[in-house]
Amino acid sequence: MSIQTSEVLGHFGQYGGRFVPEALIAALDELENAHNASKSDPDFQAELAELHRTYTGRPSIITEAKRFAEHAGGARILLKREDLNHTGSHKINNVLGQALLTKKMGKKRIIAETGAGQHGVAAATAAALLGLECVVYMGEEDTRRQSLNVARMKLLGAEVVPVTSGSRTLKDAINEAMRDWVTNVATTHYMLGTVAGPHPFPTMVRDFHKIIGEEAREQVIALTGKLPDAVLACIGGGSNAIGIFHAFIQDTGVRLIGLEAGGDGVETGRHAATITGGSAGVLHGTRSYVLQDANGQTVESHSISAGLDYPGVGPEHAYLHDIGRAEYRAINDDAAMAAFALLCRTEGIIPAIETAHALAGALVIGNELGPDATLLINLSGRGDKDVQTAAQYFGIPL
Amino acid sequence: MSTPLDAVFQKVRSENRAALIAYIPAGFPSQSGCAKAITALAAAGVDAIEIGYPYSDPVMDGPTIQEAAEISIKGGTNAADVFSALKTASTAGVAAVVMTYWNPIEKYGVDAFAKSILDNGGSGVITPDLTIEESGRWLEATTKHGINPIYVVAPSTADARLAQVVAKTGGFVYAASVMGVTGARNDVSVDASALVSRVKKATDLPVSVGLGVSTREQAKQVAAYADGVIVGSAFIKLLLNAKSEQEGLDAITALAKELALGVREGR
Repeated sequence: MSIQTSEVLGHFGQYGGRFVPEALIAALDELENAHNASKSDPDFQAELAELHRTYTGRPSIITEAKRFAEHAGGARILLKREDLNHTGSHKINNVLGQALLTKKMGKKRIIAETGAGQHGVAAATAAALLGLECVVYMGEEDTRRQSLNVARMKLLGAEVVPVTSGSRTLKDAINEAMRDWVTNVATTHYMLGTVAGPHPFPTMVRDFHKIIGEEAREQVIALTGKLPDAVLACIGGGSNAIGIFHAFIQDTGVRLIGLEAGGDGVETGRHAATITGGSAGVLHGTRSYVLQDANGQTVESHSISAGLDYPGVGPEHAYLHDIGRAEYRAINDDAAMAAFALLCRTEGIIPAIETAHALAGALVIGNELGPDATLLINLSGRGDKDVQTAAQYFGIPL
Repeated sequence: MSTPLDAVFQKVRSENRAALIAYIPAGFPSQSGCAKAITALAAAGVDAIEIGYPYSDPVMDGPTIQEAAEISIKGGTNAADVFSALKTASTAGVAAVVMTYWNPIEKYGVDAFAKSILDNGGSGVITPDLTIEESGRWLEATTKHGINPIYVVAPSTADARLAQVVAKTGGFVYAASVMGVTGARNDVSVDASALVSRVKKATDLPVSVGLGVSTREQAKQVAAYADGVIVGSAFIKLLLNAKSEQEGLDAITALAKELALGVREGR
């Protein structure tokens, strides 16, 4: 039996949909139509493929992490190197697609939210490349944690607006971006950075990232002669995870494992593990799992990783969890940082702290599955942006 | 079904004027201060009151209502406080509705929320982020309990869509006067009258205009073409800026009296 993977009228089971002000419906319809048209438009697909080949640096390679694998029960560990993409993460896949759609829709201005700054940098990059005006909303707290990325965005010509409302993190940056969009929707495209938000964003952003899994599936088979036993990725909103999972969903023998940010530990309440520690609800225009209190107010999330520090998650992940096709586990800050350090020293690769959650998951799953197993891990981003956080964590004087 | 809100619009229609509708979040400026503000607004001549159920992520609201919502949430406002404010308003003799984002309703229980509205004398609920596509369970509940499901339409809402939305609406249609978030503005744009006339082509329901009205003159202008004039941020700003609770109550009373004159001068 094939697993229902694409949405039905914007829904994944009971999740997804549109919970937005009526003012945005026309723009969401326009975007949905543009996205649907682009899927069967050979010119659009050729233009995007050419950009990926000559600008992003696709296909991204697979690296076998043999020394790291010694710590993972001897399982074979294959890293899908999205960190080698231009701008240093998977985020470029989505922004180039959305920037091309923006031009198709005749809009000249994009807005974006960012947590760690990776999506903001990617959005600013795409805007520079295609001549679009770009405004990035970023929680004031995050502008401090990720000041290097703020400077990168400014160098790329974007305006960065620090958001001072609420918890001053990613969730509030999304609120502010949506307020901007409600006001300027006629001229502006909201370049949402993850597989959350109102329909069509969860589907569209997935479609722009599914190239990760499509490439990796072929690469793993070419290298090993078979499918991997498990595919692992970190989960904040869930874009890199859905990107690598999607091509494997019908391969029911392949375990799909998402690693959420456990912060200080799910049991402490200070975490960002939305599926592991949250409940069904509505946030930012979509029904999914949400970290919320008894009154339905969103609870602040906590993670050492700014990019995973979000109290929601994409609706397709909520659905894959509920039907049992994917598993979700929480990785605490300390375990993520240990895996971060291990990859640096065993493979000479400094990963993003977000990605380190998936690596920590590999250490656990590898030991569970043993030396005959092959694990494919989405190395979603590089860690240059995290050097300051990591140096602080490990007590390296700067 | 007929709610106190329906009766208000029948009354103002017979008086050939627009209704004055005030918005205040539950628990703002405090639980007791909110009850006093509701009573003061009712005494000053507002016809209906919207009780806000503050939500942590209010994407339709500008800085003024965000600030009030934060104060209210920090004060621990929950659904019981919202229903209590509703009861205060209906006891004071004005029609009362709740305005809230969807997640607090879903978390409380969709049917139970609608029932509690009725049980506390409320007429309906304004749901600014609930699309008609996601409204199945909600409309079952509002029908069952005989309360008004009030939807918001915007200048960007196309005619075909408008017809679908107003077909689900009860009480009145909430016309957002401009593309944007809540907050007082110098001009209630020309979009508003154009939107109201488009809505009126699609339905016989009353149409109320919100977003941006803060003065008697603006109330008069809007009352010329709309059945209701909604004022929120202007009252909240007065309460936020007041040096004492009494000063705030006096200020909103004075503004409400001015606005009540405005809605009677439009035609």
